[in-house]
Amino acid sequence: MDLSLLEKLDDARWAPRPGPGGTREAVILFGTEPLLVAMDEKVLEQILNTSRLPGLAGPAMTMPDAHWGYGFPIGGVAAFDPEREGVISAGGVGFDISCGIRTIWTDLTLDQTRHTGNALADELFRRVPAGVGEESPLALSLPEMEKVMEQGAAWAVAHGYGEASDLVLIEEGGCMAGARPKEVSERAKLRQQKEMGTLGSGNHYLEVQVVDRILDPGTARAFGLEKDRILVSIHCGSRGLGHQVGTDFMMEFAREAARRGTKLPDRELACAPIRSTLGQAYIGAMNAAINVALANRQILSQSVREVLSRLYPGVKVRTLYDVSHNTCKEELHRIHGKPRRLWVHRKGATRALGPGHPFLPQAYRSVGQPVFVGGSMGTGSWIMAGVAESEALSFSSASHGAGRALSRHEALRRWNGREVKTDLESRGILIRSKSLRGIAEEAPGAYKDIDLVAEATEQAGLARRVAFLRPLVCLKG
Amino acid sequence: MEKRKLPEKPLPSPERKRLSKIKGDPYFSHKADIGIEVAGRTPEEAFVRMAEATFFLETDLSSVHPLQTVDISFREEDVELALPTWINRLLSESAIRGLVFCRFQLERSDGDWRGQAFGEPWRADHPRGIEVKGATLTLLSVRRRGGFWKARLVVDV
Repeated sequence: MDLSLLEKLDDARWAPRPGPGGTREAVILFGTEPLLVAMDEKVLEQILNTSRLPGLAGPAMTMPDAHWGYGFPIGGVAAFDPEREGVISAGGVGFDISCGIRTIWTDLTLDQTRHTGNALADELFRRVPAGVGEESPLALSLPEMEKVMEQGAAWAVAHGYGEASDLVLIEEGGCMAGARPKEVSERAKLRQQKEMGTLGSGNHYLEVQVVDRILDPGTARAFGLEKDRILVSIHCGSRGLGHQVGTDFMMEFAREAARRGTKLPDRELACAPIRSTLGQAYIGAMNAAINVALANRQILSQSVREVLSRLYPGVKVRTLYDVSHNTCKEELHRIHGKPRRLWVHRKGATRALGPGHPFLPQAYRSVGQPVFVGGSMGTGSWIMAGVAESEALSFSSASHGAGRALSRHEALRRWNGREVKTDLESRGILIRSKSLRGIAEEAPGAYKDIDLVAEATEQAGLARRVAFLRPLVCLKG
Repeated sequence: MEKRKLPEKPLPSPERKRLSKIKGDPYFSHKADIGIEVAGRTPEEAFVRMAEATFFLETDLSSVHPLQTVDISFREEDVELALPTWINRLLSESAIRGLVFCRFQLERSDGDWRGQAFGEPWRADHPRGIEVKGATLTLLSVRRRGGFWKARLVVDV
């Protein structure tokens, strides 16, 4: 990005330069100079477009890992006020509704897994359906799908996938209120029938990780983290159902805009007033898709639990936390000192609640919410913690991952999947995937420097670094 | 939606050769996902090429046998919105039925579009590419240029 377009507010906050007459856009870009320089200019264009939608409350923002997306940039956060004809946008949530990360804590240490890495990788790969053309062994009837959409992870626990104690460590207690399955098309439901408990493809992964470095020992203790502790992280979302919901409503919003003669700078910014019939229908369908994602990660977690129990009898496994990064939620925030109920879009941005927030599980209430910043296959991930000051800065939002530095097209031109796999294995990272193309597109070099993203996130006051995780095994679709 | 069985045979050799060579040309960079641009003498032909380029991301189409047919029809008067509608219908049919498609036909009469997709269930020996989740409206364009119709969109992967 051309930094002459921006005004530096401090070392990790930027704003578009004021226009003629000193008019300011309601936009903030978080990130340090190296990240901003490397960021696409499309990010600025997209967040400016977003900020001009009706009913924006506070600034529209981009997180340090932002990149070019659909309508909204990935890493975009924007809140809208229904009292001021604020809108909801399917493009502001993303197609993979409630895509997120579940991190699973184990009582295993690096020493215990040192000689069993291949067996663990193979067993997980055999157990977890991943990638195009792979179906779940679990096929649900349409009535059962409706229950999943209403109950979320609680449905999975009630059907033997995991334990009730998992639920308190999932956002929303594992069940998003306000789901309206009748607003979800039959096509979306049919699409999901054989996809529960599948990982998907693209940037989704299941990774066995080891705690490599700890920066905040107190918070690490509260999260159960110590050096050499083995964790497993699952990155995926609402699979075909979520995508179909996103597609159905995106098309409906676009047609509605055409009927009204509304001119949009980008068709993917098509949206509906929060209080309109169409807006409420989308919210009900989106909440149903959030529950599908929460149930999906719960089922996958149980697969992990069973594999670990078979390979390491007596192993203790529990959910560390589960948080989504593609959502829109109604939340209470203060605007100019006054409390307002806003609809906060986070597209490729993680909700990051600070210490004392009433939504946090008791175990984390004093230290803040675990915030997962997922990396690429080769570079590792960060566990951060929510901080109180981010509520005023970013509606309690933080980065969600390394963010792409290169397009898939460019990655494919530069790297060969087999070579990437071999290189990673020589560094002790075992890759399992049926798609060499997928491995090449997801080559670690195609992503931003995760350390820079985490540092910038901390510097901006959005979250603080707790521990760095190094990958040992990575399953890709 | 009718589904009928065809005789078990691979695609004819010239078509297999053409489908095994859809590589760099129709694709362009979009940061997180993949842009596709194709051309045809009619919008329908361009949409068929778009379908081939989309499914080529999932597997080598020359490895797929056209054993089953799925009929697809929809109404869309806006020719630009018809493109993601066509691709999204194909992707959802593929996901619902567990099929991978290799060959496509499409006709239209005013805003009524009628097409067919030919393919087979995923087999273990189909080379795995990446899952295409859907067609987006980003950079969407269907335009006539110099006697050809150029169609462009970005697919979410």
